[in-house]
Formats: sequence, C-alpha cells, structure tokens
Amino acid sequence: MGIGDKPKFDVYIILIYLALLLIGWLTIYSAAQVSQYHGILDMDQLYGKQILWIGLAFLIISFILAMDVKFFERFGSIIYIISLLSLLGLFVFGKELNGAKSWYSLSSMTLQPSEFAKAATALAVAKFLSGINISLNNTKDLLLVGLIIALPALFIIPQPDPGSALVYGAFFFALYREGLSLWYLSLVLVAIGLFLGTLVLGTWWIAFIIFIAMGIIYTLSRKRRHKKRLPKPRAVLFLIISGICVLYSLSTNYIFNNLLEDRHRNRIDIVLGRVEDNQGVGYNINQSVIAVGSGGLTGKGLLEGTQTQGGFVPEQETDFIFSAIGEEWGFLGSALVIILFMSLCYRLTIMAERQKSQFARIYGYSVAGIFFIHFFVNIGMVLGLLPTVGIPLPFMSYGGSGLWGFTILLFIFVKLDGHRMSYEH
Amino acid sequence: MKKLLFFFLVTIVGLTLLGRVFYLQIIKGDTYKLKSELNAVKSIYDIPERGFIYDRDGDLMVANQVAYDIMMTPKDVKKFDTLQLCDLLQMDKTRLMSKMDDAKKWSWQKGSVIVPQLTQEEYAPLQEKLRKFPGFYAQKRSLRKYMVDHSASVLGYIREVSPEKIRKDPRYQSGDLSGKAGIELQYEQELRGKKGVKHFIRDHYGRAVESYENGRYDTIPNSGLDLTVTLDNDLQAYAELLMKNKRGGIVAIEPQSGEILTLVTAPYYDPALLMGRDRSKNSVLIFNDTIKKPGVNRALQAEYAPGSPFKVINALVGLQEGVITTTEKLRCNHGYDYGGRKPLGCHSHKSPLALNTGIAESCNSYFAQVYRRIIEKGDTPEDGMDNWNRHVTSFGLGDYLGYDLPVGRAGLIPDGKYYSSRYKYKWYAPTTISNAIGQGEVITTPIQLANMTAAIANRGYFYRPHIIKAIDGDPIDNPDYTVKNYTTVDARHFEPVVEGMTAVYKTGTAKYAQIPGIEICGKTGTVENFVKIDGKRTQLTDHSVFIAFAPKDNPKIAIAVFVENGYWGSRYAAKIASLLIEKHIKGEITRKDLEEYLLTHSLEYEYEKQYSGEPFEINPRVDQGLIKPESNTLNP
Repeated sequence: MGIGDKPKFDVYIILIYLALLLIGWLTIYSAAQVSQYHGILDMDQLYGKQILWIGLAFLIISFILAMDVKFFERFGSIIYIISLLSLLGLFVFGKELNGAKSWYSLSSMTLQPSEFAKAATALAVAKFLSGINISLNNTKDLLLVGLIIALPALFIIPQPDPGSALVYGAFFFALYREGLSLWYLSLVLVAIGLFLGTLVLGTWWIAFIIFIAMGIIYTLSRKRRHKKRLPKPRAVLFLIISGICVLYSLSTNYIFNNLLEDRHRNRIDIVLGRVEDNQGVGYNINQSVIAVGSGGLTGKGLLEGTQTQGGFVPEQETDFIFSAIGEEWGFLGSALVIILFMSLCYRLTIMAERQKSQFARIYGYSVAGIFFIHFFVNIGMVLGLLPTVGIPLPFMSYGGSGLWGFTILLFIFVKLDGHRMSYEH
Repeated sequence: MKKLLFFFLVTIVGLTLLGRVFYLQIIKGDTYKLKSELNAVKSIYDIPERGFIYDRDGDLMVANQVAYDIMMTPKDVKKFDTLQLCDLLQMDKTRLMSKMDDAKKWSWQKGSVIVPQLTQEEYAPLQEKLRKFPGFYAQKRSLRKYMVDHSASVLGYIREVSPEKIRKDPRYQSGDLSGKAGIELQYEQELRGKKGVKHFIRDHYGRAVESYENGRYDTIPNSGLDLTVTLDNDLQAYAELLMKNKRGGIVAIEPQSGEILTLVTAPYYDPALLMGRDRSKNSVLIFNDTIKKPGVNRALQAEYAPGSPFKVINALVGLQEGVITTTEKLRCNHGYDYGGRKPLGCHSHKSPLALNTGIAESCNSYFAQVYRRIIEKGDTPEDGMDNWNRHVTSFGLGDYLGYDLPVGRAGLIPDGKYYSSRYKYKWYAPTTISNAIGQGEVITTPIQLANMTAAIANRGYFYRPHIIKAIDGDPIDNPDYTVKNYTTVDARHFEPVVEGMTAVYKTGTAKYAQIPGIEICGKTGTVENFVKIDGKRTQLTDHSVFIAFAPKDNPKIAIAVFVENGYWGSRYAAKIASLLIEKHIKGEITRKDLEEYLLTHSLEYEYEKQYSGEPFEINPRVDQGLIKPESNTLNP
C-alpha cells in the first residue's frame, strides 16, 4: 500500500473515548447542585461549560485527523519547546487558582499548559528515541531522554502542582518497551516500599525484614548460579546493599518530617492510617469513601446521591468525580468506568504494538502510560488507597484544558495509528 | 516479555481497584449507606411539653415556662467588647473564654450553649443588648415553672440528661431534660411525652435543604401526661410552715386508700432554687450541706429509733399472742428491773396499770413486761424473737414498703438470727429489752411509722402508701396500691389499743394537744439519741415523735411526725400532728395557741449545740427556742 490510502481510524478507542465523555458529563451534570435549572447549555453551570469544552474538543479532533500525519514527527521538537516556554511563562504571567499558579487567563477562560505539555513531551520523547543511532544502552542518550522528560516536570513542581509532575513517571513504560532495564523501576518501587514500610513499622522491623530478605535471596542465588552460570554472588555486596537500605530507612523519618510539607505528610498519614482526622485533613478522603461505599450495587441513581447532592465531597466535579459515579451509579457504574479505563490501556498497548514506525510505537506507549497513571492514581485516591494527589480523571473530570490535553494526546495517536500502513519513517 | 509488563500492570491495578469498589460498595455497602445517611439526614426534634403536676384537689403545683439558653456560633462571632458581654451575662472573663473555646472545639458551624436556662425575667434585660454581639443569640426552651414554693423534695427536679443515660436510653439526646429526683424521676416516663422528629436532607454546611423521603419518617410530638398526685397542696404548705426552723419529717396518709396526703422534710427549700441561672450554685448549697442535709428527704430516708409509738405494736402483738389481756394490771416501780446494770427507767404515774393506761401514760415497765412475755413464749429466745419479728414486719416495718418515690430506707426490725450472730454467748429476752419501748435495735423511717399508724387506724390492714392518684385524668388501678395488706394481728385486738391511743389525748401524754370536736388517737414518743463528738458517744436532746390518726371511727388521716431534738413528744410533734389533723378534717385552725408556739419556736439552738465545742445541757426543762413571731401567711 502506498501513500495516499484512506486512513482507518480505530473504532474501539473512539467508542471508549465517547463512553467516558458521556459518563463524565452526566456526572458533572448531576454533581452541579443547581438551584434554578436553565437547560443543559446554561453557561453559568459547569455542565453547560463542559458541553462547550466537549464541542471544542470535537473541533480539535477534526483538526488533528485532517492534518498531515507527518506534522507531528517533524514538529515534535518545536511543539515541545513551545510547551516548555508556556510552562516557564506561568512564573511571570500565570494566574493563581486554588493556591497554584498553573493557569493562563484569557478573559473569562483559563488554560492550564501542563495539560498540553504531556502530549508535547510524548512527541519529543518519541522523536528523540526513534532517531538514528539512539540507544537507551548509551548513557548519554539515556540521560538526554531523562532530561526531556524531567524538564517539564521540574517546571511544574514549583507551581506548585506536584501531582501533575508525577504523571511524567508514565514515560517509564515507553522507555522500558524500548529497552530500559527493569531495575530502574524496581529501584523506585523498593524506595517507595521502604519509605512507607518504615513509616508504618518503624526502622527496626524494616531492618530485620531487609536482612531476612537479603539472606534468602543470597542463598537462593548461590543455588541457582550453577544452572544458569550466573556470577558468584558475593556476601559483601549483599551486606552493602542491606546497609544502604537500612540507612535509607533510617533517613525516612528525616525526609518525612523535614523535607515534606505538612499537607503531604498529612495525606500520607491518612492513607497509612497513622492519623484519623475525619473533620480535618482526612475529611476529603473519608467523605469520598463514604460516598462510594454508600452507592451499593446499583447506586442511588442520577441526581439522588445524598453525598453528591449535599456537596460533601469537595472537588466532586473535578479530581473527585469518581466518588459521585460510585455513589449514584453504584458498583455497576464504578466497575464499568474501571473496565473502560482498563480497556483504554489494553487497546492502546495493542495499537502501539502494531505500529510499524518506532516513533508511533513510543508515542503510543507514552499515551498508554499517561492514561494508566491518571487512572490508577486518581481512582486509587478517591477510594482511599493512595494519598491525595490532585490529578484529574481523563475525559471525565470537569475542565477544558484537561479535556483538550487528553484529547490531543489520544487523537494524535489515533491519527498515527490510522496511517500506520502508509506511514513511512 | 517486554510487551507483557504493561498489560500485567494494568490488569493488577484494574483488579485492585475493582476489588476495592467491591469491598466498599458490596461488602461494606450498608455501613457506608448508614454513614452517608448520618451525614446527610438532619433530624430536628420537637421536644414535647412536659406533663403538669396537680395536687389531689386539682391545684396546679408544677407547670412549664419558657426559658432561654444563651448560645454562640463561633463562625458568626465578630470582634466584641468582652467586658461589656461579661457584664451582660454576669460571668467572669476566664469563664466566658473557656466556654467559647469549648464551643469552638465542638463545632465551628453549630451553636453551643454559653449560659443555660435563663428564666424569662433573667433573659429580659439581655434581649435587646445581645443583638450587639454577632454570633450570640438566645434559644428558647421549656423549663419547669413551680406554682408552689414548698414540696421541693417530693416533687423533685429536672436536669440535662447525663451522658450515661443517653448511652443507655436512645430516646434521650444531649441537652434533653429528665427527672432527677422525686416525682419527676419516678414518673419520668409519663411526664416526658414522646418527641416528634422531622428529617431533612442537609448539605455539607449542615443546612436543611429538603424534607427527607417526603416526611415519611417524620413524627409529631406527643406532650407528656399530666399527673394528679395524692398530696394536699394546702396541707403540704402548712406542714412545711410548721416545720420551719426545725429538722425532721412528716408523713400523713389517708388510711382508706394509702394515699400520701403530706410528705414533708425539713429543712426544706424552694423548688425554684434548682431552676434558672443560679441553679448550680444553689444545688451545691443544698446537696453538699452535710450538716443540715436539706437534700435528704428525712420523711423517707431518715432512720430513727421509733420510741414510744412502737409500744402500740408490742401491745397488739402481746394481745395476738395471748400473753396479756386488756384487764391484767402490771406494776411499775418508777422503772423495770430486768436484771441489767440499771433498771429501765419510767416517769411517775399511778401503778399498777392495765393496757389502756399503759398506753396513755406510756409506761416503760408495762411494755417491758409485755415484750418479755412475747419473746419468752418461744421455745428459745430466738424462736420468740422470730415470731415477734413476723408480727412487727407485717405492719410494713423493716421494709422499703414499695411506695412510688425513688428514695427510701428499710429501717431494721431484728430477728433471732440478728442477735445470735451479734452475741457470742447465749442471749435472753432482757438482753433486747429496749425493743419494748422502741429504742434498742429497732429503727424506722417516718413513712413507715405513718403506714403503721394507718394499719392501726384500719384495724389490721394497710394499702401500700403511694403518691400517684391519676395519670392523664385516669385514676390509677395499679394492684400494688389497691390491694389490702393484712397484718398478722386480728382486727378484734385493735379496739382496746385504739382506746388506749384515744386516752393519750384525753388523759395521757398529749392531753394539751386536744382538738375540740375531733376524736384523735395518738401516741407520743421521746427518743433518746446519740452522736459521736470527737470520738466520744454523746447524748443529745431527745427527738420529739408523735403518731396519730383521726377520727377514731372512719379515720381520714394517719400521721407520723418526727422532730429532731424536740425533746418530749408533745412539746413539738404532737402539736404539729394535731394542727395538721385539724386542718385536714376541719379545714381551719382553732388551736391558734399551738400554732403560735410552733411559729415562734426554733430548734436551731439545739442543732448548734454539738458543734459549739463546749459541754452542753440536753433536754432543757424550758424550751429556749423562742424567736420573734413571723406573720403566718397561710392562716392569717
């Protein structure tokens, strides 16, 4: 097949997208608590505005799908640089909302550049890694791609919006697919595990567990090395690793008490159950868990949730929208949304794997990773499994910037995928 | 492998989240549903009006009045002049600040009580000025209004429910009022009524938004039931007046029904003292006074040796057991030598004497011999004692009686076992001889004596004393109060004893307290009593006791009067009893001389003696308690 063939866009991913949009809008509509109803296009209400945002999103989709597919790869770097500049510009021109300087204000509209930076970074990463002679085994290349990912994150953290910065961890999946060792992920996971473990159990227990675990691994690896011809494990090395772990564990309390801010400490304490404060810092999580739990199997029905209608869960149209879904749609609704997001991730991986060009595959994996992190962290937070991190639930949370950012992110890939047969590197 | 990691992670995370929603919504769903309802449903209670209390003639004794709690909502409070507010609320600054801190800790959005239960008079001066202090406001509530200034102890009072009570009984909420003593406590169920409740859906500010489930679960309040009690308002007031400056208890019972006509304890206090803003200060004064003990209802809770009135019981038991006849004369030689260290003394009167004169003259020797015969009739002193105990307790003595008031004492009527465990060696009737004259081990409460008198008035039975007459207009039909309790003494033995009690008034110890036109039967008592002063057993002036019923035939009132340290029976108790009987039967007082004596004599000088720290004289020949007469508002 040659250039010029008609593109075939993936129907499943579009259906999932539309389904999430619909459920999201209905929930925003339900959570609005209006005193006077002026129709669904009431621009004083969030649901009315969201309709406008959705309409604009469709416009953006048409643009993306109509554009030359080569545009994204060719201009990836420039888009990335513009995006970085827009993040930097916030420090000068940004408007403060809810204590964070993350918005540009255009008369009555606000734009949040960090929502667009994800797509830009994904393009830049894909472009860089798909370049000739670029290898993740090359330390210099690894550091460079690390820098591409870290720069926007570093610009976002001081806004302050650490939640959005966290999302950049999603690029690990793309890098891993392209050859990055699993050790990097393991290292991060072990570090987080030790940190939380120390907070819950205390240093002595953790030290004890580390030494037991190391002992077991050491004995096992001695036995197995004959079969697999692995290098001889050295006891000293294991001891050093254990020592480092214990030192890290010892420093946990310092990090926790001195480097983290109060609100972060509180959020972690609440999830770990170290503190119970349902009227204060734990109010949000407690109310959202009550909202979800009270939904039962079938939910209280649209516009019937007492938690939602009473506005007990702050941010219920945005970051905590899943609590309203849980209450009003019940287990059936929540499970549907979770399954839709799982399907989104699965479908994106399948699509990424079928790409012929490395650029499209890396981009695809980046998109999948970003959605996965959002899905996991957001719903995990609403369900009280993770500390409060302020990131939206893609396509569902109220907000124009978020919706457009995710739409652009997704539909660039839909476009790339649609041309996968004709697209040449 | 590299293709699978992401799949794997998505699956793990997806299943974890699914598991979590399953856990929250399916397994714990009901718990959270309840929590969300507690969150969202605001219940506003409608407190019903508490039932009124009427006396036996329909006079209103206790009603309700509007009162005000001064409240504060922290979020609405602006800067204010602390001094001015302290002055207005009449509280010092530290107290106000600590109250406000407590309120802030409890809730920022909701109001807390700063000064509770101001009466309308106390609230009036605040009403206008309070508006200058944003965040402070008054909340209406219903409180008791006492239409009488007497009977505090028997009426009882209401208080905010304790946290324990709220835990035990879900019908109570914090801030509710419930009976704490007396009739208010005993008949709390009836007086309380049933709360109404309205459920609202509220938002997270706690504002009521709309009716919950269209009011399906709402109820309207049922006001409390009105009580008619057996007390006679006028008699009650008069009895308290006569007990002024004295200590003791009075119980009057209508023998034909067991209804308590009068129940007075002294010292007493105005029931309104336990209301309004000074109520905590006053309740400390009342309930923490360990010398006067105005918080103790002496009519129900004070255990005294009954003294000579108890002789009547020994006479009845003696007749029933056949150890004496009405005509047998026994000698009295200014006392009775029972073989103890010194004889049981007696005052001077003619000797020998039979039953009638024995009662009229209250001869100790006579009753010592009667008692000895009763005990010695048994095969062993123990048997005799048990038999005597059986007869005596059938008069309701040595028992709580089961009346419908929340406090009381059992008193003590000893039996054989009591002495056997008390004495190492063998004991005989003379060992316990003091019981013959109502001293010794026997102790009783005034209500027990009144009930005993009623049993004598009825010639052999009594109705359990009770205070409730009708609930919500319906007369009670509780078998506890409408079934006769028979004594073990046959009716025929009562007549000679009643004759003796008539003689007490006609010729005997109470002849100066006669009431013209009414045939009264009574018995005086002069009760020796002791206290420990610096560890030394010291005798105080005798208690003045009197029991009586009238008229002799078809009795309308049986009364027991106990005046602490009033010396002999007819100096105080008999006068009081006579006046109350006259007031109850005639409705007016002719013996103004008796009344004047009581109103112009105080026993406070007697009560102070033991605290003077100096040696003192007891049983003064002349009553030194003369005080300035006060105007008698009840019988001018």
